[in-house]
Amino acid sequence: MHGRSDLFGSQPPLLYPPYRSTTRRAPSRPLIRLPESLSDLHMPVYGWWPIGETDNDLTRQHPEEPQGQRITVAGRVVDEDARAVSGALIEIWQANAAGRYRHAKDAHPAPLDPNFTGGGRTVTDADGRYEFTTIKPGAYPWRNHDNAWRPAHIHFSLFGSTFRTRLVTQMYFPDDPLFPYDPILQSIPDERARHRLVSRFDLELTRPECALGFSFDIVLRGHDATPFEGRV
Amino acid sequence: MTGDTALIATPSQTVGPFFHHGLVPHADPMADRFPGGERIRLLVRVTDGDSQPVSDALVEVWQRGVFGRMPTREDGTCEFETVRPGTIPDERVESQAPHISVCLFARGLLRQLHTRIYFAGDPALAEDAALGTVPEERRGTLLASPDPTRPGHWVFDVHLQGERETVFFDV
Repeated sequence: MHGRSDLFGSQPPLLYPPYRSTTRRAPSRPLIRLPESLSDLHMPVYGWWPIGETDNDLTRQHPEEPQGQRITVAGRVVDEDARAVSGALIEIWQANAAGRYRHAKDAHPAPLDPNFTGGGRTVTDADGRYEFTTIKPGAYPWRNHDNAWRPAHIHFSLFGSTFRTRLVTQMYFPDDPLFPYDPILQSIPDERARHRLVSRFDLELTRPECALGFSFDIVLRGHDATPFEGRV
Repeated sequence: MTGDTALIATPSQTVGPFFHHGLVPHADPMADRFPGGERIRLLVRVTDGDSQPVSDALVEVWQRGVFGRMPTREDGTCEFETVRPGTIPDERVESQAPHISVCLFARGLLRQLHTRIYFAGDPALAEDAALGTVPEERRGTLLASPDPTRPGHWVFDVHLQGERETVFFDV
């Protein structure tokens, strides 16, 4: 039996042995389906977190600019019926241009950048739109398998209107040669769904003499009535 | 994106081990955001299939519209200062025992896990609709226990796998 969370083939399974950490962390028993009346918990309207002026510009959080290719990442957050999700809190975090996180446990021997922390947040406008300015993160090695490298990515976290629409995901960049070797991206069964996570180069978003633009739209769960096969 | 056909939802990906600059905990204790109630300290402890502490998880909790989150420490635990559900004035909900909803993220979890924290010894447990969907022998995994040595302290264990694997819900 399929649960709500994997009904669509759009979602990765919990156990995916090529991603080694899943083997001792994925629950082995089936999830128990909660009646809809109990699962549709409404989130408080956003307002529990102050957003600072430079929170959506990761290049302006230090006295000087970080190293790397300056980029704009922008898009729209919608539900499965393509309706705008306004007032959604988006939080992001990422490695620096050299592929290193500002984190005590990141042991990758690449330089830290004193002018880059790598965390940001914003809230979607009435039309569901958001925008970040940052630098393009570097790819980095990890120890999942021999010569394993993560494709460059930015982590995204979103709060929609209910508990069920909570989403944590990763945004990738177009045409990354590492895609076929990355078990985290490949854990998603459906190719169209994987494609959702790849941003698109966008000349309109590109700011002359300043930053390359990447467009990344996000679809939050809204209802579960339409089977995966019928979706676009 | 068209209006008359349902869209494929954006897939989930793991939170990874390095989320701390992105998913920052709220500065104030949850307890301060409730209108009264019995203050408690709730320790959540996360372990993997080898009974090892999960030191890079993020625990998010929702309780009556109040949100809290904490990363786990080296010993797999994190602590919330909140109020005991059921002790806030006018909060009685029909067919639900007082509880806290949990959303768990970690490296190695490709999607978040949802569970609930109930409180051991609560007479309302017997009439709870969500607990009623859980096989009786597994209901105990959803109960926080009082710490016998420290009044007002409760402990909730999350076992990701194994004999005492916690019940996780498809929401």
